[in-house]
Amino acid sequence: MTMDGTTPVFDMDGWVCPLPLRDHPNIILGHGGGGKLSSELVEHVFLPAFHNDALQHLGDSAVLRIGGQRLAMSTDSFVVRPLFFPGGSIGELAINGTVNDLAMSGATPLYLSAGFIVEEGLPIVTLGVIVERMAAAARAAGVELVTGDTKVVDRGHGDGLYINTTGIGVIPAGADIAPQNARPGDVVIVSGSLGDHGMAVMSVREGLAFETQIVSDSAPLNGLVAALLNVTPRIHVLRDPTRGGAASSLNEIAKASQIGIVLDERAIPVRPAVRAACELLGMDPLYVANEGKLIAILPREDADAALTALRAHPLGTEAAIIGQVVERHPGVVVAKTGIGGTRVVDMQIGEQLPRIC
Amino acid sequence: MKYLEEFRDPELAKRLLDDIHAIAKGRWALMEVCGGQTHSLIRNGIDTLLPDNIELIHGPGCPVCVTPLEVIDKALRIAAQPNVTFCSFGDMLRVPGSGEDLFTVKGGGGDVRVVYSPLDAVKIARDNPTREVVFFGIGFETTAPANAMAVVQAKRLGLKNFSMLVSHVLVPPALEAIMRSPHARVDGFLAAGHVCSVMGYWQYEPLAERFRVPIVVTGFEPLDLLQGIRMVVRQLEEGRFEVENAYARAVTREGNVPAQMLLSEVFEVTARKWRGIGEIPASGWGLSPAYREFDAAIRFDVSDINTVESAICRSGDVLQGLIKPNECPAFGKECTPRKPLGATMVSSEGACAAYYQYGRFMPLERIKG
Repeated sequence: MTMDGTTPVFDMDGWVCPLPLRDHPNIILGHGGGGKLSSELVEHVFLPAFHNDALQHLGDSAVLRIGGQRLAMSTDSFVVRPLFFPGGSIGELAINGTVNDLAMSGATPLYLSAGFIVEEGLPIVTLGVIVERMAAAARAAGVELVTGDTKVVDRGHGDGLYINTTGIGVIPAGADIAPQNARPGDVVIVSGSLGDHGMAVMSVREGLAFETQIVSDSAPLNGLVAALLNVTPRIHVLRDPTRGGAASSLNEIAKASQIGIVLDERAIPVRPAVRAACELLGMDPLYVANEGKLIAILPREDADAALTALRAHPLGTEAAIIGQVVERHPGVVVAKTGIGGTRVVDMQIGEQLPRIC
Repeated sequence: MKYLEEFRDPELAKRLLDDIHAIAKGRWALMEVCGGQTHSLIRNGIDTLLPDNIELIHGPGCPVCVTPLEVIDKALRIAAQPNVTFCSFGDMLRVPGSGEDLFTVKGGGGDVRVVYSPLDAVKIARDNPTREVVFFGIGFETTAPANAMAVVQAKRLGLKNFSMLVSHVLVPPALEAIMRSPHARVDGFLAAGHVCSVMGYWQYEPLAERFRVPIVVTGFEPLDLLQGIRMVVRQLEEGRFEVENAYARAVTREGNVPAQMLLSEVFEVTARKWRGIGEIPASGWGLSPAYREFDAAIRFDVSDINTVESAICRSGDVLQGLIKPNECPAFGKECTPRKPLGATMVSSEGACAAYYQYGRFMPLERIKG
């Protein structure tokens, strides 16, 4: 309703996509999958409308200069189903997700907001438990939740609960961490095993029972980042490979920095249960979501110090060098396979689908 | 992982590769029949490790790829009906029909669900008696026993709200069609291990004999594939054309006899259209008269749908091994996994998608080294 009480008329027919998306006239699930469709939606619909300097870098968080201080700001919405899964809930995810997006610019996360979109009929005890878990996650990450909002929608119009969090943090002087900063000669480090979160959620959502329970890795990464910055301020890129997995993050970095990346498949840490579940479903752990792992790209001469620092931290005990940055094939990520062959690791298109056989 | 890592051992792989390099003197074109084999060959980079005189041709064995446009269009019409819950294996959701795909039907409010087994669809039908539950029963001989079992269970449970849109296809008639083609250039086959685990390999013996072509039953792990390739190459070098088994841990000559008995009860052999190839006589299964009440194509009366395939797409030539995916003028341009013209670009097992996903659209030397 407008202020004079009339219903505004939106000119739907008059809206012209600035950069036409030819393939799908409607939103499909793949537009939220973190792969190519997602980035095209951003590029074709959001960027032309909101264009500004801070936004155009498309990092996990925006870097803002206010006075002499650099601030990082990031927002994320959480629509995970089920609300509880092995190793966590939507509550921890909502805190850790935004904390991690801030940390990936090198920032020390400080304050968060939270918006709750609750479906009519959700038991208050469920909401209460989730909020308590959020509070515990915020304490663990050293951030405070300073403002919030609640909306209730009709039954059937939401999966129980959606949460949005927005956070700000301060970037320490000297840190220059951005997706376009990778350089040939750098190493690619991952802080631990890949694919845990995605397969944990999938195993519950699809009712797949495995002999070993797969547990989400949801965790705040700001402590790991602080430990890294402590030994090497020359970190070029940090990324937390969530939706779309490590493959999508590395492709984004390769394109942003115009460099090639060569992974050593044998060096990539993947838990046996996750590997088995992926085999069963025809999925590739490189494309499965993580919620408590980071990818760091930094100069080779700093690699030993970085690995030592990561492994000394409880969240980084399995940290490993998984690849290197090269000059050839800019924008392309390849992997040396277990038997010594080579394959290209492309960005994911839409949703990863279980294969028929 | 037990029973997997053993078949990915880099040392043993190197030994097999050295052996293949040593024995391969002639120029040979080998067709791996199954899409799962194509996927594994490229995912493991085996194509980058073979000698240049061994060429791999990607065969028609991707069930998603060969399901004809017409059947997809039927699926779309059925799935869009408001009282229908349409259940399918995941990778069928992105296969485009003439207009849209099942994802789009889902986006438009259709009840389309991914299941991991046809028996899940039977359970959904039992739990939702007011819904018409339809399972998209596609695939080769591999998926057929589970689909047959679902129909048998539905009958046993007296379910009136379960049906199956069946488009099963059979491997031996397809191999025969490929060898009969005037352009046939396949020197040897890696037969699909999982198909053979159900059907055995006795059916291939007359084919090997008639077309004087070696056929080796081959698995899916790197060592399985290398072993199969070595056995085919050895036969070719020695001038033999026999059926051999490189996948003895899963396959016997007779196959899974109880499964075959179930299949012959539930299904009957029919002519089938193959996407990109056309109709092949006696190349598929449909529901037998005893189970026809579960045929979704009859229940939803979609027999008026008769779709003609696109003329631009050369997936038929790809499926027959006449061109490589990246030799198609549309490859990577008009045709990508996001906007596939032909089904070979759709499924992750499809030859075009495998080429695209693992970067065979760029010259190999750019990623080697």
